[in-house]
Amino acid sequence: MIDAATIFAIATRAIKANKMRSILTSLGIIIGVAAVIVMLSVGHGAQTSIQNEMKTMGSNLIIIRSGVATSSGARSGHGSKPTMKKSDGDAIQEKIEAIKLAAPVLEETTQIVYGNANWSTGVTGTDRRMFEIKEWNLSYGRMFSSTDVRSAAKVAILGQTVVNELFGDVDPLGKTIRIKGIPFQVIGVLIPRGQSGNGMDQDDVVYIPITTAQKKVMGISFPDQVKMIMLQAIDSQSTYTAQEEIRELLRQRHNLGINKDDDFVIRNLTQMMEMMESSTKVMTILLGSIASISLLVGGIGIMNIMLVSVTERTREIGIRMAIGAKAWDIRWQFLSESLVLSLIGGLVGVVLGLVGSYLVGILSSLPTKVSLIYVLLPFSFSGMVGLFFGFYPAYKASLLNPINALRYE
Amino acid sequence: MSLIELKHITKSYPLEDTQLKILKGINLNIEKGDFVAIMGPSGSGKSTLMNILGCLDKPTSGTYVLDGQRVENLSADELAEIRNKKIGFVFQGFNLLSRTSALENVELPMVYANVPAAQREERAQKALAKVGLKERMNHMPNQLSGGQQQRVAIARAVVNEAPIIFADEPTGNLDTKMSVEIMNLFTKLNEDLGRTIILVTHEDDIAHYAKRIIRIVDGEIHSDERNEK
Ligand SMILES: Nc1ncnc2c1ncn2[C@@H]1O[C@H](COP(=O)(O)OP(=O)(O)OP(=O)(O)O)[C@@H](O)[C@H]1O
Ligand SMILES: [Mg+2]
Repeated sequence: MIDAATIFAIATRAIKANKMRSILTSLGIIIGVAAVIVMLSVGHGAQTSIQNEMKTMGSNLIIIRSGVATSSGARSGHGSKPTMKKSDGDAIQEKIEAIKLAAPVLEETTQIVYGNANWSTGVTGTDRRMFEIKEWNLSYGRMFSSTDVRSAAKVAILGQTVVNELFGDVDPLGKTIRIKGIPFQVIGVLIPRGQSGNGMDQDDVVYIPITTAQKKVMGISFPDQVKMIMLQAIDSQSTYTAQEEIRELLRQRHNLGINKDDDFVIRNLTQMMEMMESSTKVMTILLGSIASISLLVGGIGIMNIMLVSVTERTREIGIRMAIGAKAWDIRWQFLSESLVLSLIGGLVGVVLGLVGSYLVGILSSLPTKVSLIYVLLPFSFSGMVGLFFGFYPAYKASLLNPINALRYE
Repeated sequence: MSLIELKHITKSYPLEDTQLKILKGINLNIEKGDFVAIMGPSGSGKSTLMNILGCLDKPTSGTYVLDGQRVENLSADELAEIRNKKIGFVFQGFNLLSRTSALENVELPMVYANVPAAQREERAQKALAKVGLKERMNHMPNQLSGGQQQRVAIARAVVNEAPIIFADEPTGNLDTKMSVEIMNLFTKLNEDLGRTIILVTHEDDIAHYAKRIIRIVDGEIHSDERNEK
């Protein structure tokens, strides 16, 4: 068999001899590879943004919401019937060793007014434990005191975005804002956190004491009601192991008989992350497969041109055979030609795909992330496409009979 | 032992529901170093015989011993190997690779013989120099005259040191002057280098360069005589 260098020299010569045709043939592969890279980078970007999102929510996190978990494990519209109380969280924090902190959450999106300025944002009733869990400090002002919570004080801590929207350059500390018409005194401003992974503004928030939210701002259907409780476990292992203990305690506190389903849902962050990741993974695979189809179509284009090329060069094949080329020599010659075509296409496709991912990243709200594997994958796929679709034409060429091939006009 | 020994070689092509017999039992021995011209009317089976002799085609029946080796039942790849090592072809239509320089055309047999690239070039240059094309090595076939192209083909046929050269009407596309040049080249190859040459021709003038003239009529050897010069 001939050496690789000579084979590839022959292949590149044939490709160069028909420049325009080669470019058009590679175009299918170029578009396919570029599309796969862009799609994978969009999917990968979504996954990464979820991970980042989870990180800013706090570590070793468990979230308890109201809702019914059926025996099959499927949730039926969680939060539809509120059952959780702030005191549930306090009890968990007190009685269960593995749980360090339990922050209550009661939230609503409402209009906030300062002077002539108004701004619509999410208002969350909670207490200082929330900021410990999120590891989020004030840039200035003071935190909720226990007195604030006990007395349901009308005080508020603002995120930087709310400050910018309502106050502009004015110092917000001590100023009075109105939430649902009720006056609140601004006592603190949080350190800006910027956008979360999925493009949500984390600084567009207002926090008020949980008791104030329950008694004065938000409608609740029973005393001490909360929307959910955020728990921080002592370590990540405990986010799994503490769940059964929490469940027993809550069932007991909610007076649930043996044959009754839980009226709450416990999820830890890892589980939530896995759920969201698996759904973005499905999306990534879907987008990737759609793009791969264009790669396959590109492969068919290569096969088509290679078949034409074999026919056109029948005489050349005859000459080579007469001179001593064996079946594999002819096969390799045409295989390497389709391989070089598809790999060049793959290479250009990789460059275009990287540029494309970058452009999608900056021109749209979709976060994109390119990783080496998602570049190597479509590139090597293009090589396989070249080999696969090049094989039949090459095989056909190698079966030619030298006399007939030499006689071919 | 002869270089070529043919016994009862036949070749038929299927024609509707019968077989069209082209070669009807050829018995032929050719010795090493001989220079043979095969003549005969058109359609008599000269090219068919040449293709079998040159291991490009297989006989329908009969035995063929080439250089001590039975070849009539070898596989396509084994025949390719023999063509590469033992046989050089010169065709009427030159059959050079287009868009490929004279030098690279001559290198081709060595490519398939796995000769290292550097050595290939050196040997190809020498072969081209011997046929008087030292100055034209980098010309493409379409930049060469018919006679020059045929000389490139001859250089290609001898570069692998093949002991036998088959030429099917090598001067068929050339004028008289060029034909003489080509035939002188064959004579030199035969006399100086001892290559066995077997050529097919229609022309008596060309056949006269050979040492032995075989006439084929209707698929059979009609006459076989030494050529008295
Ligand atoms: N593949 C084939 N199938 C059927 N018949 C064939 C085939 N190849 C050759 N023949 C027939 O065999 C006969 C001999 O052909 P061949 O080419 O050997 O003749 P030739 O003596 O070389 O003639 P010419 O001097 O014209 O070149 C012809 O009648 C031709 O039609
Ligand atoms: Mg003929």
